Amino acid sequence: MREELKRDENVVIMGEEVAQFNGAYKITEGLLKEFGPKRVVDTPISEAGFIGLGIGASMLGIRPVMELMFWSFSYVAFDQIVNNAGNIRYMSGGLINCPIVIRGPANGGTNVGATHSHTPEAILASHPGIKVVCPATPYDAKGLLKAAIRDNDPVYVMENTILYNDKGEVPDEDYIVPIGVADIKREGTDLTIVAHGRAVITSLKAAEILEREHGVSVEVVDLRSIRPLDEETILASVRKTHRALLVEENKPFCGVDAQVAYLIQARAFDELDAPIGRVSSIDAPQIYSKKLEDLQLPYPARVVEAALKILA
Amino acid sequence: MAEIIDMPKLSDTMSVGTLVKWNIKEGQVVAFGDILAEIETDKATMELSCTVPGTILKIYAPAGSQLPVGDPICAIGKKDEKAPDPKAKAAPAKSAPAIPESTGIPCIPEAPKSSNSPAPAQTDGSRTKISPYAKRMAEKAAINAASLSGTGPGGRIVARDVAAAGSAPVAPAAPSGPVNVAVTPPADGKGIQADADQPVSGMRATIARRLVESKNTVPHFYLEVEVDAAPLLAMRETLNKRLAEAGGESALKLSVNDFILKASAEALRKIPAVNASWAGTSIRQHSAVHLAFGVALEDGLVTPVIRDAHSKSLKEIALDAKALISKARAKKLSPAEMSGSTFTVTNLGMYGVTGFFGIINTPNAAILSVGATIKKPVVDASDRIVMGQRMIIGLSGDHRVVDGANGAQFLQALKQVLEAPTSILI
Repeated sequence: MREELKRDENVVIMGEEVAQFNGAYKITEGLLKEFGPKRVVDTPISEAGFIGLGIGASMLGIRPVMELMFWSFSYVAFDQIVNNAGNIRYMSGGLINCPIVIRGPANGGTNVGATHSHTPEAILASHPGIKVVCPATPYDAKGLLKAAIRDNDPVYVMENTILYNDKGEVPDEDYIVPIGVADIKREGTDLTIVAHGRAVITSLKAAEILEREHGVSVEVVDLRSIRPLDEETILASVRKTHRALLVEENKPFCGVDAQVAYLIQARAFDELDAPIGRVSSIDAPQIYSKKLEDLQLPYPARVVEAALKILA
Repeated sequence: MAEIIDMPKLSDTMSVGTLVKWNIKEGQVVAFGDILAEIETDKATMELSCTVPGTILKIYAPAGSQLPVGDPICAIGKKDEKAPDPKAKAAPAKSAPAIPESTGIPCIPEAPKSSNSPAPAQTDGSRTKISPYAKRMAEKAAINAASLSGTGPGGRIVARDVAAAGSAPVAPAAPSGPVNVAVTPPADGKGIQADADQPVSGMRATIARRLVESKNTVPHFYLEVEVDAAPLLAMRETLNKRLAEAGGESALKLSVNDFILKASAEALRKIPAVNASWAGTSIRQHSAVHLAFGVALEDGLVTPVIRDAHSKSLKEIALDAKALISKARAKKLSPAEMSGSTFTVTNLGMYGVTGFFGIINTPNAAILSVGATIKKPVVDASDRIVMGQRMIIGLSGDHRVVDGANGAQFLQALKQVLEAPTSILI
């Protein structure tokens, strides 16, 4: 974000506690000091209000990067996020762009309860006009955020607070991870796992177990973007392995993987040697008990079990 | 409303059926399950049972006629109802699927009784459970998927099963195109037979495909043992004499092959490692011995299966074999009676062949090849040369499943049983 603030004076940061408090998760640490209160702006606790402010600003050429303390709070700004941001380019006949970025945590697993643990990527991605990305690694987080900031459409970045502590190689230089391009995080020949966000990390752990203990070679496809969806990378992998397991931290009903499963059966039916499998969060409001919540989310052993079922 | 019954598709390769015999007449009342007719396919003669109760209004195809699949053969309806014009139905029926599960063609063939293990992927007349990818592989390699055993969940045929059948892209494909054979006719114009291309029958095509698959994909190795057949022949003579005294003309006559079958089952009990199959990523051991044996027919060969041979007496095996042989000769073996074997015995002894090695009947791990019993000089226990009755038995093994040592142990066990044959009466 620092690089983008330096690169383009139209880039501004807005959100609750992003300035003086240095960010609820310290993502914006030091930015107020470096860029001043005109570029890094604290907002009231009023998501519908400040997201609307950001959308209006973006229509006039500003590139706001809005932080939601939790994506769960986006629901009070739903009209702004979906209806206004998502439709303005279409409704204006292409005259008005809305280059807004909204980012923040969208994940369970941190013991913050049902109302703070939503993963709305599937809900948002079901709206034409909206782009949704879910980075799983530090490298992708930087590259996707830069791509989002430079994109002329609303791009919503779903982050995972558990992954905030993950360390990984991040080049200092300016680079972009293009939106709509999936990444093969691990190559394999026997089974394709399609995942996004933290489920990628879970799947990579499961793939290691499957290789070590069961001699199975697993390919892990990281979607990175939910919409636009990189259909060809998914299909190419399934055509190679002939078996697919879809892993996500969403609830299963109308999850992202419902769409991916449809895609695979529609365009690679003849390539399938087994039914498509899914591992999602258990279908219930996010459980407050930490121990139960850890079991509600996909974890490596559950992924391994589902993989072996498909490989039977 | 009258229903027209069409020539059903009773096997995957069937395109034409012969109406061997009608069991009903026009005007006759038929009930659910009645056998309407016998129909000969490229593989076997099967019974056609009825699922539409009513009166036979009209028989369109007389006995002996040959009809393409889907052509009308008879109509069933209410008494005194006018028989429908078969042409009205015949056209659309052509593209209808072979045997729909619930609607459409109302008559289904008698389903062969399913055996418990190992399950063939398909029983005739029902859907073949196969993954889309495996299906495409099989189609590409021109393999009849219905002949494969599925190792996936619920007996589903998956890619590895097709690959194991020798059709994997990695495996060398069997030459399937026409082979140009250029041979000059005899100089004097008088040959032993006419120069002609005989069309390949369904059975011959199956034999060709399965044996090419087996030889191309299974690493065969061969072991041979010479057995003293004198005690066996003596016992057979005694037993047959007793059976004849007790039963007269209709008495059961035990063949040498019956003894070999029984002894094989006993030897497999001792060395169960041979009663197994290669399943791609695992070796499947079988709890039951289902013994296949070769029956030569005028135009080919079939391998009917004696189920649960491990728990059957010599007499039961002999009776089973006799029944299966006569069914085979009448071409009445059902697909179920020819599938699901775990071991195969072939015998060319009656032709005087002294010894040979058969091609493994996949997915068996081995095949036994029995030669003729020959009188010849042998050195006995006290180093004297005496007249012996010797039988040479060959074993072809799948080296992925069986090694030389346990193959040899199996032959050793078989030799022990055959040379002290009274044990098989227990």
